[in-house]
Amino acid sequence: MDVLGDLLFDYTLRTVALGSAVLGIVSGAVGAFAVLRRQALLGDAMSHAALPGVALAFLITGSRTPLVLMIGAALAGWVAALAILGIIRASRVKADAAMALILSVFFGAGLVVLTFIQRQPAAGKAGLDRYLFGQAAALLEVDVITMAAVGAIAVLALLVLWKEFKLLSFNPDFAASLGFPVRRLDVLLTSLLVIAIVVGLKTVGVVLMSAMVVAPGAAARQWTDRLGVMVILSAALGAFAGVAGSVISTTAHTATGPTIVLVATGIVAVSLLFAPRRGLAWARLRAWRRRRLLALETVLADLAALSAQHAREPDRAHHVAALYAVRGRSIVDRALAALAAQGLARRGAGDTWTLTERGHDRASRAARLREADEGAP
Amino acid sequence: MTLAAADTPVTGHREAEAPLAVEATDVTLAYQQRPALWDVDLEVPRGVLMAIVGPNGAGKTTLLRTILGLLRPAAGRVRILGRPYREQRRLVAYVPQRSSVDWDFPTTALDIVTMGTYGRLGWVRRPGAAQRERSQAALRQVGMEAYADRQISQLSGGQQQRVFLARALVQDAEVYLMDEPFQGVDATTERAIVSLLRTLRAEGKTVVAVHHDLQTVTEYFDWVTLLNVRRIAAGPVADVFTEENLRQTYGGRISGIAGGHANGVSAGSAS
Repeated sequence: MDVLGDLLFDYTLRTVALGSAVLGIVSGAVGAFAVLRRQALLGDAMSHAALPGVALAFLITGSRTPLVLMIGAALAGWVAALAILGIIRASRVKADAAMALILSVFFGAGLVVLTFIQRQPAAGKAGLDRYLFGQAAALLEVDVITMAAVGAIAVLALLVLWKEFKLLSFNPDFAASLGFPVRRLDVLLTSLLVIAIVVGLKTVGVVLMSAMVVAPGAAARQWTDRLGVMVILSAALGAFAGVAGSVISTTAHTATGPTIVLVATGIVAVSLLFAPRRGLAWARLRAWRRRRLLALETVLADLAALSAQHAREPDRAHHVAALYAVRGRSIVDRALAALAAQGLARRGAGDTWTLTERGHDRASRAARLREADEGAP
Repeated sequence: MTLAAADTPVTGHREAEAPLAVEATDVTLAYQQRPALWDVDLEVPRGVLMAIVGPNGAGKTTLLRTILGLLRPAAGRVRILGRPYREQRRLVAYVPQRSSVDWDFPTTALDIVTMGTYGRLGWVRRPGAAQRERSQAALRQVGMEAYADRQISQLSGGQQQRVFLARALVQDAEVYLMDEPFQGVDATTERAIVSLLRTLRAEGKTVVAVHHDLQTVTEYFDWVTLLNVRRIAAGPVADVFTEENLRQTYGGRISGIAGGHANGVSAGSAS
């Protein structure tokens, strides 16, 4: 395993891994709140809208300093968010349409400026197109330091105003009734989202950055019912997806953004399926168990009913066809097998069945429970 | 004017001696040229349990949200114990409609109740042992102490409502504003809320609740405001909760409902 050694000693890989870890932590932690506040689409719109900001910042300043480009991206993302809010407030256009509109307008404008820059003879233009899909291998130490500094501000703000942001996310009206300036808190938390997006742009790219905001939070929600645990887990999953994806992309020479997002999607898929309690797989399993138990109880009751027709001979065996007559074959067969295994029913000669003593007990207890259920509303 | 009960016995109206618990004057609020509230007055004396009753779209929730400063009226003003809401926040507790929040939020019943202490804590300070203890006590008061650590989505609708009430109790206020506290709750919760309302009244607190069930108004509340964009009538239930006023409020679509007002009918659906 050379990768581990390279992570420690190879300069490029180390930079890549550190940068992706930082972006994963920031987008995971802030993104957890975005998921809870249903701001996933807004995040997508803002990340696409950052592209013209990056391009214009370069065009105006001629600098490719990470901080300059980040500020450009953040400003553009911000203007986009304000435009979306403005459209929703001032017109009858609904939120999703407003976001789609702003996303495409800004993204289109960004591509226009980007192609314009590409045709310029000026030096130092190279590399801006990386902001589309991201390229972790292009990360420099100065990038990582800037990302860490900017990201630390966002995470710190999240910790300091933890209680306020929690209240805002759960019940903004109540927060307002307590006197918290909800509008301003909302703007602040959305700004943290902008920061989280901007931190990851060079690595993941504007097209897929929103996935890094949403995926870790959505996955983390599956595993826990505590906000604190969810945010920490989301940051950890984000960091894992970031590091794994960027290391894979750097060694396999694939585009970084898509690779990271594939890893993150894998995490989400596993979480959706297998997380305890909320996982779909477990839900299926529980439903299947319930159905099996129900079939067992039903066939047990059928056998009891058959036996009750012969008051003087409760142990008379009945042919399985008598059960097939009232239930599906496969249900009866599986239920009988389970009843036999639990010692509740006994198979006689020629495919006939009788309840054992325990089977009779269980059936009459179940019948009493049913009566009690129906008797008292 | 058709304000039948405008001559309600408002005692001590001069703010100096006994200010009203809640006083809204000439409140008008419109959504795109459709008035939701039109020149509404609301006078709630201290120590009463007042129901705000009216048909869907009558502006009941809007009125409550206006009192809380969540909505800004186009005209009119609101006073809580003689002063603007801004200055009296700590004397007011708010129970929003249960359906107004996402109960799948990742937290526990106790944590929700603790949110009632955030107002006094102010910025940045976190709740500590004292706050948690008071929240536990509030949960006990609504019969929910066993569910403190339960994820809130695992509670029944009535239990969620009781968690919201406990959160309001923790606020330790003088005036309690509740939006449909009885909406869709089970019999146990209904009893718990009623006994809570009586406890609050016994302590001299004031409760204003948006209420939708005309059958129970007489039993649960002692004052009532009938609202349908305009205030139709307001005052003690015995004076104001009449068939005539109800017909005015509901536009004649209430055949028989006001009969529930008669003695003995109100406890009919006990099971």
